[in-house]
Amino acid sequence: MSQNLPALLVVVPMMLAPIAALINRSGPAWVIATSGAWFAFGAAVQLLRRVMTEGMIVYSLGGWVAPIGIEYRIDQLAAFVTLIVSAIAAVGVLYARTSVASEIEEDRHALFYAAFLLNVCGLLGIAITGDVFNVFVFLEISSLSAYSMIALGQDRRALTSAFQYLIMGSVGATFIVIGIGLLFVMTGTLGMADLAERIPAIWASGDGDRTIAVAFTFLTVGVTLKLALFPLHLWLPNAYTYAPSAVTGYMAATSTKVSIYLLLRFFFSVFGVEFSFEQMRLDAILMPLALVAILAMSSVAIYQSNVKRLLAFSSVAQIGYMILGISFGSVIGVAAGIIHLFNHALMKGALFMAMGCVMYRIGSVRIEDMKGLGKSMPWTMAAFVGGGLSMIGVPMTVGFVSKWYLLQAAIKGGNWLAAVVVVVGSLMALVYIWKVIEVAYFKRRENDDPIEEAPLSLLIPTWTLVAASFWFGIDAGTTSDVAMSAAESLLGMMQ
Amino acid sequence: MISFALFNYWAVIVLMMVGFYALISRDNLVKKLIGLNIFQTSVIMMYVSFGKISGGTAPILIESGGHGGDGHGVQVAGDAAHAMRDNAEILYSNPIPHVLMLTAIVVGVATLALGLSLVVRIKEAYGTIEEDEITRMDNAA
Repeated sequence: MSQNLPALLVVVPMMLAPIAALINRSGPAWVIATSGAWFAFGAAVQLLRRVMTEGMIVYSLGGWVAPIGIEYRIDQLAAFVTLIVSAIAAVGVLYARTSVASEIEEDRHALFYAAFLLNVCGLLGIAITGDVFNVFVFLEISSLSAYSMIALGQDRRALTSAFQYLIMGSVGATFIVIGIGLLFVMTGTLGMADLAERIPAIWASGDGDRTIAVAFTFLTVGVTLKLALFPLHLWLPNAYTYAPSAVTGYMAATSTKVSIYLLLRFFFSVFGVEFSFEQMRLDAILMPLALVAILAMSSVAIYQSNVKRLLAFSSVAQIGYMILGISFGSVIGVAAGIIHLFNHALMKGALFMAMGCVMYRIGSVRIEDMKGLGKSMPWTMAAFVGGGLSMIGVPMTVGFVSKWYLLQAAIKGGNWLAAVVVVVGSLMALVYIWKVIEVAYFKRRENDDPIEEAPLSLLIPTWTLVAASFWFGIDAGTTSDVAMSAAESLLGMMQ
Repeated sequence: MISFALFNYWAVIVLMMVGFYALISRDNLVKKLIGLNIFQTSVIMMYVSFGKISGGTAPILIESGGHGGDGHGVQVAGDAAHAMRDNAEILYSNPIPHVLMLTAIVVGVATLALGLSLVVRIKEAYGTIEEDEITRMDNAA
């Protein structure tokens, strides 16, 4: 059992999905989804623990060894991302019960939970596989299920935004396949470990180096489209705004994070840091885009009147922070990116879930409808404030930890511009978070219809994430240890 | 000069660009999906071209000396084996790209199905599948 844990991690959610769809009743389907998500969470915890003590786990699917079969390779980074995804899924599925019941028609619940399980399966699969074509397959499993979950939103614009995401996401995925194909034709292998061995030799021989460079380009564009790096983020704001609240909370915390993991995997493990940063000068393109993303998207967020949309633009800005960290190409920079990946999952998940609570009670997330909510929904708004403090980067929250590492990385790299942008971005976060807080706490409601606090079934998952964002803000050692050792192994310092 | 040996790849590039252009420029959502499909199909063609080895035969294992079984099929395989034994080694095309593309075709079908079903629901919700009209209705709302 425990030996086959890497396979079960992916297979169990995948097998449960059709069962949930076939049972086709809301309650049992939810129970199945919950057990799937919690199984994955338990498995991920065990895997991370094993990886931290014993080092990388290599698992050959079906007993077929690497060049012929597909292998799963779980190193610290993979185990860490697996843990993030499954933890958010486990919390998110508890939240989904009530939220989905109020936002999605009864007869679609079972299908929603099936899509949710498939999404979990796809994201976990991307994180642990060691085969580049397998990455594509899992990417499409997670994307297709994400499109259908987004389309379940109440507003009809959910349909058009899901369609837009489908078009852009498929183009991104196809770019990734082209890149994989070009790598395959040059090296004759699809295994990440084999690719990493053979690419430098081909590059050095000068015969076919252009194909490698083109493959690199296609992969870069494809993956950055999937992770919504500015200016390829156009699908994200609409998708997050109109998706059902439970989906937004879960997706904002997982899907773009896994794409960032994929970026790290391709650039550091497959191509190698030297090729990506010294030959291809990846930092020269990623860093300006990241800086623009932080400034431009934060300022767009300030002018939004729909809070979910505001948070979506803020997500694009936060992705900028992660990419900024990665673009330094140093151990501390990459570690900062990984730390922020985890921290942002916690805080953005919490913020979107708080908005889901608001949606549940007042049926709107527009700022002007939120007057006086600080009084009538104190716990919900307190959760929003908690997540917001993290977003701004106040000490004792996770947001502070990631900004601290980012600043250190910027200063160590002698990049003062980046350091200034990180600070300015935080100030802008203060502005857009304050906008919501001001209306919720300091404006009075015009009418006196009583608004009740959100039910506990929504508040408990939300507060779990808020509490985690404080816990890991105070006890920053755990995450930064994992992130540092993951970054070291990515940059080849451990070999 | 365009070399004829690379004809496949020129076809791939033309198809890719045709699909990509349709995807970007058309307002009609169904036409967009058609563009997306052409785009994805060009990649399938690209992979299959990768797998071709000049002079290589279809990647079906030819065993020398039939082992049991009955009828015509074994006979043919046996003949082929005899013929091939003279050429010392049998050259096969690389089968892996074909297998990969079976997966990609499945993914393409799933994407298309999901896209079309979204279009149906958009038509129900908006009464149109022209993107510019949908945008106008969204902005008015």
